[in-house]
Amino acid sequence: MSQATFSVWRSEPGGAGAFKDYTIEISDGMVVLDAVHKIQAEQAPDLACRWNCKAGKCGSCSAEINGKPRLMCMSRLNSIDLTQPVKVEPMRTFPLIKDLVTDVSWNFRVKKGLKKFKPRAADAADGTWRMQQRDIDRVQEFRKCIECFLCQDVCHVLRDHGKHEEFIGPRFFVYSAALEMHPLDTDDRVPDLKQKDNIGYCNITKCCTKVCPEHIHITDNAIIPLKERVVDRFYDPVTRLLRMIGG
Amino acid sequence: MAAHATYSYDVLIIGAGGAGLRAAIEAANAGVSVGLICKSLLGKAHTVMAEGGMAAAMAHNDDRDSWKVHFADTMRGGQYVNNWRLAEIHAREAPDRVRELEAWGAVFDRTPDGRINQRNFGGHRYPRLAHVGDRTGLELIRTLQDHTTYLGVTVHMEHTVIELILDGGRAAGVLAYDRERGRFHLFSAKAIVLATGGVGRAYQITSNSWEGTGDGHALAYRAGAELIDMEFIQFHPTGMVWPPSVKGILVTEGVRGEGGVLRNSEGKRFMFDDIPDNYKPQTASDPEEGWRYTQGDKTARRPPELLTRDHVARCINREVKAGRGSPHGGVFLDIAWIKEKISDAEGHIKRKLPSMYHQFKELADLDITREPMEVGPTTHYIMGGIRVNADTQESTIPGLFAAGECAAGINGANRLGGNSLSDLIVFGKRAGEYAAQHAKKGVVPKVDDGAVDRAIKASLAPFDRGGRGENPYKVQHDLQDTMQALVGIVRTESEMQEAIKRIAGFRERASRVGVDGHREFNAGWHTCVDLRNLIDVAEAIARSAIERKESRGGHFREDFPDKKDEFATFNFGTKRQADGSMTVYRIPLAPIPPELKQVIEEQKQ
Repeated sequence: MSQATFSVWRSEPGGAGAFKDYTIEISDGMVVLDAVHKIQAEQAPDLACRWNCKAGKCGSCSAEINGKPRLMCMSRLNSIDLTQPVKVEPMRTFPLIKDLVTDVSWNFRVKKGLKKFKPRAADAADGTWRMQQRDIDRVQEFRKCIECFLCQDVCHVLRDHGKHEEFIGPRFFVYSAALEMHPLDTDDRVPDLKQKDNIGYCNITKCCTKVCPEHIHITDNAIIPLKERVVDRFYDPVTRLLRMIGG
Repeated sequence: MAAHATYSYDVLIIGAGGAGLRAAIEAANAGVSVGLICKSLLGKAHTVMAEGGMAAAMAHNDDRDSWKVHFADTMRGGQYVNNWRLAEIHAREAPDRVRELEAWGAVFDRTPDGRINQRNFGGHRYPRLAHVGDRTGLELIRTLQDHTTYLGVTVHMEHTVIELILDGGRAAGVLAYDRERGRFHLFSAKAIVLATGGVGRAYQITSNSWEGTGDGHALAYRAGAELIDMEFIQFHPTGMVWPPSVKGILVTEGVRGEGGVLRNSEGKRFMFDDIPDNYKPQTASDPEEGWRYTQGDKTARRPPELLTRDHVARCINREVKAGRGSPHGGVFLDIAWIKEKISDAEGHIKRKLPSMYHQFKELADLDITREPMEVGPTTHYIMGGIRVNADTQESTIPGLFAAGECAAGINGANRLGGNSLSDLIVFGKRAGEYAAQHAKKGVVPKVDDGAVDRAIKASLAPFDRGGRGENPYKVQHDLQDTMQALVGIVRTESEMQEAIKRIAGFRERASRVGVDGHREFNAGWHTCVDLRNLIDVAEAIARSAIERKESRGGHFREDFPDKKDEFATFNFGTKRQADGSMTVYRIPLAPIPPELKQVIEEQKQ
């Protein structure tokens, strides 16, 4: 058995807070979430953290570990330098509730404001559709999203500039792309992406892609193609000309 | 002390997994006001963990399939103590429920002709599981969640229900607290749907998340509803066994569906050694035939790795006990071997089982395309739960409905993989529909202030005792230990009697638990509150298991290793008596109509 120290953010009611060190016994194969649970069970029963599946599938235990946005359940201790205390803190882009728990309700409100799925009429008499696997591969990539909101956490438009009211963030560009590229969907989200969601604010630094635990190519496969659609629609001179003539 | 806030809905739904969300959609579409309470954030419920798929006889991959075959498979899997009407409705309605998901935006894997692709699974005669790789549960929950977003359902996230309140014997409302601030909220409703999932946290090794503390089971039980089949727990044969921190996390049956095989430390495919007689006609006679089955050959029969979960779990248990286990106390599950059969096996495995690849790579440092996994049984699902009317999902308490894992009857003694997700949407829909109907003709119930005050006072008692009280985590841990050791996969009378004694001790210790700090997001306090539910369900499991003096499905008795005909005619019910004690009694099974009996007989060939 060896030991490791975790420097965990503990908050006070009212918003103040500080890192507090906890030293625990560690064992083979442990992840940061195990360490937090051990601290909870042995030293600080009122330590707040969210978790559910413990297997990287639900996206509940998002936090910043040594400054990097990660899922605590997928962060193995043998991949972390344990000679120093391991810093565990809440996502900084969202308001703090307590300790490692943040108020992510903004994300749920943003989703409500986006246009919903609107399928074309059924292809077959029995009310079903036909789609080829190759036509849905990309959409399935986007639908792997577990809504951990780490991409929102790391996005500098939200994190550093606080544009929560004007910008929907990487998660919802992925969501919009999944709908826009869905073979059955008939709605048009391109004007909203430009005017309401301000996709133009994103300057493709790819931080979101780097932290995505599902390895979704957020920037390359979702954001850039959506940006291209916006450009084609609103800035392409030929299309503009055609629109002026056609009305 | 009064509640911080009060709310009133026509239909109140407790739980936002597949069943709760599907019920919310149906009730909202019926035009009534709907409130939805969930313990976690929306979209995080345990449904996300479901991997393999949802069973529905759409006959896309094999046109011999029909609802009748699905019905017969479900009854056989449940060893014929299922509620036949639930099994019938489920088999008939599942295809429409799956197609409806597609209309709401779900993107299932496709067949070459562009329809929803269906895969093989244990106990299902034909390829029947609509799926999305190995993350079908996530697709289901996200589709329902996104669809619900636009229906005007009010969602109360991170609220835990602590008391179900009746008015003149009818469901009237619930008392809940919010995790964020620890404030109490009172909800009154004309109809209530429980969709709280399972009880896995009563055991030490489980695939369930922290939420699976049997809340719905226990709330209904304490309010006087009947539970049935509580002895039937499904131990999934393949959970991870290493590293210790992930022990119990599920390894999808899809691995075996894609050709994965089980081997012991001697390298032997031990599943061929023990094939139950009633499954022999449908099981491959050699590995070659089994392999052809997994590759879609309709003339081949399934490999023994795809026998029902209860049987596979016991075979694994036997190998480990006989000293033929893997280094960390499991057996080997090998999918990497298929490289002998197909080119680009690595790409194939990653495509078909992406989350499994990811899960082992990240959590166990193991590449499943190269090495075998180590797996062992894990507490996965409870067949038992709240007794419901098959058509309406109403419990024995008027106005109280239940759907999904917390309701019982469809699965009998053992659930087939894939029948859970379809159960959620078939009966979630029905529960929502009939709850809305009930609400429309119902009157506004009265919630007794005295009962609310008492419940609040009781749930705050751990703060009065503070750190001097019992540590709630310790009591929970000891309870899990006891259930794992004494009421697990292999059971005997004496061990279970011992468990009953210990459970009484845990109940006493639970009345002395204490916690420090304040009420905001206090996990210790939450554990204190959950403990009561875990203890109630643990007792119901143990007492029912003692009474069933035979082995059937998920319930295996070392002292009564055989199935007995006399136990095939009734279920065990569990109910709280006026003095607070638990009684277990026999409920005769409803006779199966002749035409369905015939269906079962035809499918026995």
